[in-house]
Amino acid sequence: MSDESKKAPYIVPIGPNHPALKEPVMFTFEMEGEMVRDVDFAPGQAHRGIEWMGMRRNPVQIVHLTDRICGICGVSHTFAFARAVEQIAGIEVPERADYIRTIIAEFERIQSHLLWAGVAAHELGFDSLLHLTWRVREQSMDVIENLTGNRVNYGIVQVGGVRRDIVPEQHQVIEDCLTTYEGLLGKLLNLFLDDKTITMRCRDCGVLSKKEALELCTVGPTARASGVNVDLRQDYPYAAYGDLDVKAILPDQHLGETHGDVYDRIVVRLLEVGQSCGIIRQCLSEMPPGPVTAEEKLAKLLAVCKKATGEAIGRVEAPRGECFHYVRMDGKEAPHTWKVKASSYSNLMSWIPMLRGEQIADIPIIVASIDPCLSCTDRVAVIRRGEKSILTKEDLHRLSVGKTRRLQR
Amino acid sequence: MKFLPLFPELLRQILREPATNRFPAKYLPRTVTGFLKAVGEGKATIVPPVPTPPNFRGKITYKIDCCIGCGLCAKVCPAHAIELIPGTKQIRIWVGQCIFCSQCTGICPKGGLSMSDEFLLADENRYSENLIVE
Ligand code: SF4
Ligand code: SF4
Repeated sequence: MSDESKKAPYIVPIGPNHPALKEPVMFTFEMEGEMVRDVDFAPGQAHRGIEWMGMRRNPVQIVHLTDRICGICGVSHTFAFARAVEQIAGIEVPERADYIRTIIAEFERIQSHLLWAGVAAHELGFDSLLHLTWRVREQSMDVIENLTGNRVNYGIVQVGGVRRDIVPEQHQVIEDCLTTYEGLLGKLLNLFLDDKTITMRCRDCGVLSKKEALELCTVGPTARASGVNVDLRQDYPYAAYGDLDVKAILPDQHLGETHGDVYDRIVVRLLEVGQSCGIIRQCLSEMPPGPVTAEEKLAKLLAVCKKATGEAIGRVEAPRGECFHYVRMDGKEAPHTWKVKASSYSNLMSWIPMLRGEQIADIPIIVASIDPCLSCTDRVAVIRRGEKSILTKEDLHRLSVGKTRRLQR
Repeated sequence: MKFLPLFPELLRQILREPATNRFPAKYLPRTVTGFLKAVGEGKATIVPPVPTPPNFRGKITYKIDCCIGCGLCAKVCPAHAIELIPGTKQIRIWVGQCIFCSQCTGICPKGGLSMSDEFLLADENRYSENLIVE
């Protein structure tokens, strides 16, 4: 052995754009042989300045911008933003609109989780399973298109309600889709969980203990897979969730134990597909008749929003966890402040304990296992004297903790 | 715990039709424009696209005669795709900018705007005639 090779650890940079990662993020790995000794990452490569654009538009326009924050959570962001504005302007959302919002949000969860399952299979090198999951995912996209008019960027939520009603003819389309998924779920669970290769790759890989999950304020399926019982739909019910019986899905309900590894994240997400089917079915049968929006005339709605002053937060359980929007309006057309905190923002920090001590080949699946969405997360890119300095992990963590504190107040 | 539980599914897939709609042709034509020309001359047939869902939001249509130039549509357009032509009571819509939200069609007091089913709008020139409605 030469002296060179003794100089471990060596640094392996991966990113900002790398074929192994589905999202633009810069990783710096300190490797010791095949093992990851330490890891750091720098997000901020996909900053688009959406909030800046929003602060120059009125809320009626912003709802369509929020649709475009993320290509997968097409409704969560809009939903959270609309809830914030509704609170400020004192708009009461009709009950039927709440149910329709819930149905769309649950369909979004189904398609997002199936998409993720496919990505996970692909990261494991199991491309036939990727094609199978993405093929079955198409049906939920078709239903979403039927209900909203679009496959992505649904444009269905408007401040005060929704823009389209669900008519009786559409019940059958929804029903067909739910039946298919309920029939498929057992098969998918079998394909993912009983496969020896997947079990060997995912069991006890990328472990996030419950303590770490709590300390890092992890949210959504990533936190639930570590045994943290958090779900906004259960803890702070919004829209129609108060009337429904939603319980957070934890891996020990299915397997009797919690490992907090990649495998558990697959379990939680797949079971949530089944849960969402149940929620939609319940919504459809209990949906009350009535109007679907508090104010049909957009011009009047604009006038109401223009008068509104105050601040509010809107929170929604997106497929990846809590999606948080802060809005402050001060009697002008455009909001004074608008701040978005996407769920992946809270989850990114959990990469560090997950990746430490793992092998280099496990990096893609562990990185993908939290279902990161960087286009949602990248809200800040600091440019100082022409140099782009990205917020460090400590900065981000400090900000995240500060934000949680603010939330708790 | 099983080895290859997906295997039977894969075998079945060989006999099935592919899930993808082969639009516009079964195999990628050498040139799309040439292919479309051949279709126009009746020498080739086009595989139709998947039908649009109900209330589809496609390319915008504008009835210039009913417009009163109130500018409400431009006010609610999230993408700033609608321009009031100065000195006239008319608007111009830059379809390349439009995000197909259909908000303008809802607010127009005269019902002059609507969404058509047309969606094949790809163009390398965002100022092409096809992408400007006035
Ligand atoms: S459909 Fe939406 S984006 Fe397009 S012109 Fe109308 S308001 Fe603007
Ligand atoms: S809202 Fe209708 S009437 Fe007013 S400017 Fe636009 S198209 Fe013309």
